[in-house]
Amino acid sequence: MAYSEKVIDHYTHPRNVGTLDKASNTVGTGLVGAPECGDVMRLQIQVDENHMITDAKFKTFGCGSAIASSSLATEWLKGKSIDDAMKIDNMDIVEELALPPVKIHCSVLAEDAIKAAINDYRIKNGMEALEVEKSHH
Amino acid sequence: MNLPIYLDNNATTPMDPRVLDAMLPYFNAKFGNAASRNHAFGWAAEEGVDYAREQVAKLIGASEKEIIFTSGATESDNLAIKGVFEMYKDKGNHIITCVTEHKAVIDACKHVEKLGGEVTYLGVKADGLIDLSELEAAMTEKTILVAIMYGNNEIGVIQPVKEISAIAHKHGALFMTDATQAVGKIPVDVNADGIDLMAFSAHKMYGPKGVGALYVRRKNPRVKVTAQMDGGGHERGMRSGTLNVPGIVGLGKACELCRLEMDSEAQRLSALRDKLQASLTTMEESYVNGNTEYRLPHVANISFKYVEGEGLMMAMKDLAVSSGSACTSASLEPSYVLKSLGLSDDLAHSSIRFGLGRFTTEEEVDFAIEQTKKAVNHLRDLSPLWEMFKEGVDLDKIEWAEH
Repeated sequence: MAYSEKVIDHYTHPRNVGTLDKASNTVGTGLVGAPECGDVMRLQIQVDENHMITDAKFKTFGCGSAIASSSLATEWLKGKSIDDAMKIDNMDIVEELALPPVKIHCSVLAEDAIKAAINDYRIKNGMEALEVEKSHH
Repeated sequence: MNLPIYLDNNATTPMDPRVLDAMLPYFNAKFGNAASRNHAFGWAAEEGVDYAREQVAKLIGASEKEIIFTSGATESDNLAIKGVFEMYKDKGNHIITCVTEHKAVIDACKHVEKLGGEVTYLGVKADGLIDLSELEAAMTEKTILVAIMYGNNEIGVIQPVKEISAIAHKHGALFMTDATQAVGKIPVDVNADGIDLMAFSAHKMYGPKGVGALYVRRKNPRVKVTAQMDGGGHERGMRSGTLNVPGIVGLGKACELCRLEMDSEAQRLSALRDKLQASLTTMEESYVNGNTEYRLPHVANISFKYVEGEGLMMAMKDLAVSSGSACTSASLEPSYVLKSLGLSDDLAHSSIRFGLGRFTTEEEVDFAIEQTKKAVNHLRDLSPLWEMFKEGVDLDKIEWAEH
């Protein structure tokens, strides 16, 4: 199976690889997936006092599509409010990266990671965790 | 050096140019049907087939009458298992095989189960070899066939074939082996090894695709299989269908070359493989899968912990290898062979199979070592698991959200 150019670009030049201080109250961390399933994503957001995402970092264990999905997610997160970031849909990622059907789960995982990171930040800062629709993949 | 480099010789091999040369006349000048007994076109084709049959038989220590040409190892496996089941059903209905077999064997056994057969699937030890005492214990009065592969396609381990056949024979059962990965690579002798039926194919030994053979013993004992395809009664009635003359000629030539060059080739390839393996396992958290003493000379299956195989292959873009990761499959299940060694799923997902071949050079192996190391390091830099491991986090204690 050939990868799309965008997947290859993100895979070869992943954006925003790295680690933020997960103990900090201004950082939200989402760790999703499982090693047994062959993919684990860790997505982190740095949030300012206006609940705007100023920075995002990721590390991913997984196939090229999983790495590209999380790399793209960090790009999209930067500059968004946490409320707007909550609206990122996995199908947007599928479309942007032209993921084939067998790779849709990678985009779902990225969406889960975004929501997990936002909720981690919300809980740390005394906000209610937003309900996340349990995705089936 | 041309890129990409082909290191997937367990999937298929490039055809040796000498094999192609042998085949070419049989596409045009000698196009006849080998079954046309009454004119020169038929005779020429038949002569090619007869010669090939001798070349094939010689490689495995058989008589040429014991070679049944087929379309490949999958057909040979099916013919052997279903054909023995049907032929010997008055004697018994029990077949013993093992969990690391190729799908052609496992699924043929599943088919036999639907027809009322009983099949025992032996497990393997952590090194990929079966436990002979388990085999012994599984034998019953109704056991008609023991089907255990010679060399494994994913990890290259070589089963103790002589001991297995002795156990089968002691209990009056036949021994069949899928030797697709072994024939032409290591010495295989049907008499010394006690083999009654053996499947193999041309394209794994530098021959063409779409042709293979089933060895069927004719003496001590005389083995018969029920044909699985009806037609003109070719191949002693066991496999009907006009013979694929160019393919068969190619298989014959490939066998001859393997017989003549096997020793030096195996020596050269195992030295290269050992170099690759030694170098790659100097990397932290890398593990060789399967027994390394009883192993085909050209294979190394290595897991690089904390990186995922498919992602890794994408970084090794100038290398054609394969992975036990099944990220592309809908099931997301990693290799059943690696899992049956007791490997955790994450290690199975992290495996790469390097399969060297006749045309692999040392320069290519050196390049492969460099590119693999670079790729593993790149992926580990991206891996949250690697970071956690480095921080001393026990990954087994984390509650992962299974998805």
